[in-house]
Amino acid sequence: MTIIFSLFLLSLLVVTALAMIRTTNLFVAAMLMSIFSLLMAANFFILDAADVALTEAAVGAGVTTVIFLSALRLTSQHERGPLASRRWIAKIVVVVTTMLLLYGTFDKPRLGDPNAPVHLYVAPYYLENTEALMGFPNVVTAVLSSFRGYDTLGEVFVVFIAAVGVMFILDARQGKGPEYEMPEAGLKHHLIPRAVGALLIPFMLLFGLYVQFHGEYGPGGGFQAGAIIATAFILYALLEGEKTALNAFSRNAQMVLIVCGSSLYGAVGVICMLKGGTFLDYSVLLDDPVAGRQAGIIIIELGVGMAVCGALLSIFHAFAARRPMVANR
Amino acid sequence: MDIEQHLPILQVIVPLLFAPLIVLLQPRGLAWMATVAVCGLSFAIAVNLAMLVHGGQVLEYNLGGWQPPFGIALRVDALSALLLLIVTGAATVAALGCRESFNQQIEAHRQPLFFAAWLLLLAGLVGMVATADAFNIFVFMEISSLAGYILIAGGPDRRALLAVFKYLIMGTIGATFYLIGVGMVYMMTGTLNLDDMSRLIPGIADKTPIVFAAAFITIGLCLKAAMFPLHVWLPNAYTHAPHGVTVFMAACGTKVAIYVLVRFSFMVFQKGDLHHGLEFSMFLMPLGLLSIVVASAVAMFEGRLKRMLAFSSVAQMGYIFLGVSLLTNAGLTASFTHMFNHALAKGALFLSVACLSMRFWDLRIDQLAGAAKTMPLTCAAFLVGGLSLIGVPGTAGFISKWLLIQALMAEGELGLLMVGIVLISSLMAVVYIWRTIEVLYFKQPLKDPAATVVLAEAPILMLSVTLVTAFANILFGLLPDLPISLAAMAADILAGADQ
Amino acid sequence: MSVADLTGYFNHVVFAILLMLGFYAVIAKGNLIKKLVGLSIFQSAVFLMYISMNKVDGGTAPILQKNVVDQIYSNPLPQVLILTAIVVGVATLSLGLAIVVRIHERYGSIEERELLDAD
Repeated sequence: MTIIFSLFLLSLLVVTALAMIRTTNLFVAAMLMSIFSLLMAANFFILDAADVALTEAAVGAGVTTVIFLSALRLTSQHERGPLASRRWIAKIVVVVTTMLLLYGTFDKPRLGDPNAPVHLYVAPYYLENTEALMGFPNVVTAVLSSFRGYDTLGEVFVVFIAAVGVMFILDARQGKGPEYEMPEAGLKHHLIPRAVGALLIPFMLLFGLYVQFHGEYGPGGGFQAGAIIATAFILYALLEGEKTALNAFSRNAQMVLIVCGSSLYGAVGVICMLKGGTFLDYSVLLDDPVAGRQAGIIIIELGVGMAVCGALLSIFHAFAARRPMVANR
Repeated sequence: MDIEQHLPILQVIVPLLFAPLIVLLQPRGLAWMATVAVCGLSFAIAVNLAMLVHGGQVLEYNLGGWQPPFGIALRVDALSALLLLIVTGAATVAALGCRESFNQQIEAHRQPLFFAAWLLLLAGLVGMVATADAFNIFVFMEISSLAGYILIAGGPDRRALLAVFKYLIMGTIGATFYLIGVGMVYMMTGTLNLDDMSRLIPGIADKTPIVFAAAFITIGLCLKAAMFPLHVWLPNAYTHAPHGVTVFMAACGTKVAIYVLVRFSFMVFQKGDLHHGLEFSMFLMPLGLLSIVVASAVAMFEGRLKRMLAFSSVAQMGYIFLGVSLLTNAGLTASFTHMFNHALAKGALFLSVACLSMRFWDLRIDQLAGAAKTMPLTCAAFLVGGLSLIGVPGTAGFISKWLLIQALMAEGELGLLMVGIVLISSLMAVVYIWRTIEVLYFKQPLKDPAATVVLAEAPILMLSVTLVTAFANILFGLLPDLPISLAAMAADILAGADQ
Repeated sequence: MSVADLTGYFNHVVFAILLMLGFYAVIAKGNLIKKLVGLSIFQSAVFLMYISMNKVDGGTAPILQKNVVDQIYSNPLPQVLILTAIVVGVATLSLGLAIVVRIHERYGSIEERELLDAD
């Protein structure tokens, strides 16, 4: 039964992708992107990747769509046709490469093969030792924040650099200048969205906090929590207008959140070094190595959550608070 | 805490962790000062590492206290030490030497964000070089690429935006290809650690996913390294970037991608399958030769100074690819030495371009007529950099070209043909450098000096850094022992892995 | 080809198709936003490839269950890698969008052909 369902979902993915490419209305493409991400998340869930599914749903289907739409508002809604000359070359290249790629799948292990090399080496170590070394059951969190914590540090800085980049390119750090003179907007005069939103936001925040602090025991962690909390603030901004939202949670506060979050992560690593371990070796933080690792992981996950939440919010506001400007050609 | 033991990680986290703090330094000039200090500290660490490695050590560092392959490990050997020197040196020199140019091109209130991106570019590049984990390379590759896009987008001309968009698309495709390749190797071996991969791969090297992985990784990294014909993003990106960014990126940006390619190819794929070495060579050699010839030819007819030098960079990458594709000890030594020497030459050239830009707002070559009359020292630095690029004896560029020619001579008749091509392209370099020198030194200044702001030398700080870099070209041309010995050690490591 | 083959390799096939659909959009479309859409399909395809690796027959998500013996768990490592890659994808997309917005402001167009004509 699951197999039929997963074949169905995968086929839907291909159909959605085709529709995304064919449509000339960019607004439609943005909505299809959201659907694509949701389908992808469902697929991940079927493939036993609960943490990834949660992230893809929160980040891919949620925040990205809003950012995409607010960017579309600043550009144009319609695509005016492709470069005709390149279309045929592109089609030929793509068909040939697809054939090659399909040929390349022949020696791959089949889906779910328990004897595939990935299941026999490295991964069993994580599954067998997480309980004893970390004292909590979510192996994904253990690998993410400890075994491969250095990757995750890099990931936090990827988020940080995205926020820095968007603010630099759009000159949105202070939100001054003619681009950012915003009239009070939002859905203030629409009773139903406001009422429903006011009901939803507290639950979103609560769920975000739950995902943040329950990440060691169930699916979730800093990334997902940061994205969910950011979504709650974004919803608030959509309902009440940018001005109110930015008064409640200013650009500077968001920047401080990003800086504190990423520095917190780095600081934990440096403290580990000062206490005689290697960088990010949390076991030296407390006398008991297992407790030390747990403490370290809780703190760095908090840092991740802060950085992700602040970064997504500031990226959103950089686009959403901007006024459409027409070029002086 | 024993500092020496922690040096490999300090190399990465010093620029990485200071980047968020830079954002908070709003007052004018403070962000720049902090950036220079952090870059200088990184350079000091790199020098220390190079000395340790030169003494015969290979430094390893297990992050989080986990043994690889369960955790991520860093590994600094001769090759990485050489690259670390180039990258941190370029970052320091470019940051120190382009202060006035930054102030001219980047508004003061945007500078803290700009310098945060600068440090993250540095952190990303050193992170890629220092790590021994295939996926970790991807993470730091993305940090460096994203930072690079931001820095280039800081260029004042609107064409910078188009250039950076193209770079973003091609760079992301390159990085994703790399990720696909790593995924396929992981699928067949179950590990992400490079040493571990090279241990496991001999049994399965002929499986199609491994062959595909080699193809994806090679193409992805060639895209990042701007090898002909995948170089199309580079000339415009370098031309329209802020001048300081061009100095930094031209000196080291693409070389790190070549470093990763060489690592992967020699230490993983060629270990399992002798055919792979041959395929690698057959793929890179013709494209390397084409890069040399085509890009040099384009440079001869390019009217804009920065664009001309950017095409020359593509050609110089061709020399590096050519040396690597020989698969011999001598070829690798020549390539790695050339990485170092090319960074010196291009650094000096682009620094003098930044100096020229302080006085001439239009950097088309014919607009610079007679610049040597008002800016003699800047033009002298340009001249030295140009000579080094051509490979005149007494400059650093000569050393690596000589090594390359020797390595090619050992290849028999085909090698002689390639020596011919190298010599012809050196002549082409003479042509395009001479074209500029002629304008700078022997043309009368334009009658209408609207293009000129003040007829004077560049600001003193910029000028002195430029002169020091130019001097380094001569210094390492006369005393080339350090880069050559590091390069030879690196070649031994890789060629040893070849057998 | 048996049914088991079809289901066992269908993920790889969809990976290949999605990858190339995205790639097609990137190279053939003239609209800059459409290129970014293509780029994100292209990246998503890779996520699918990695996540397909982690499945084990009869397995469940790698969250250890107490008092359950002989439970098979799927592989946690590809999931961790893809968590990182998803974030990279979002970062690239938002930077790309910021650049497109600036291009639109300074050129008044986001169609490749018109942009090339403008300079």
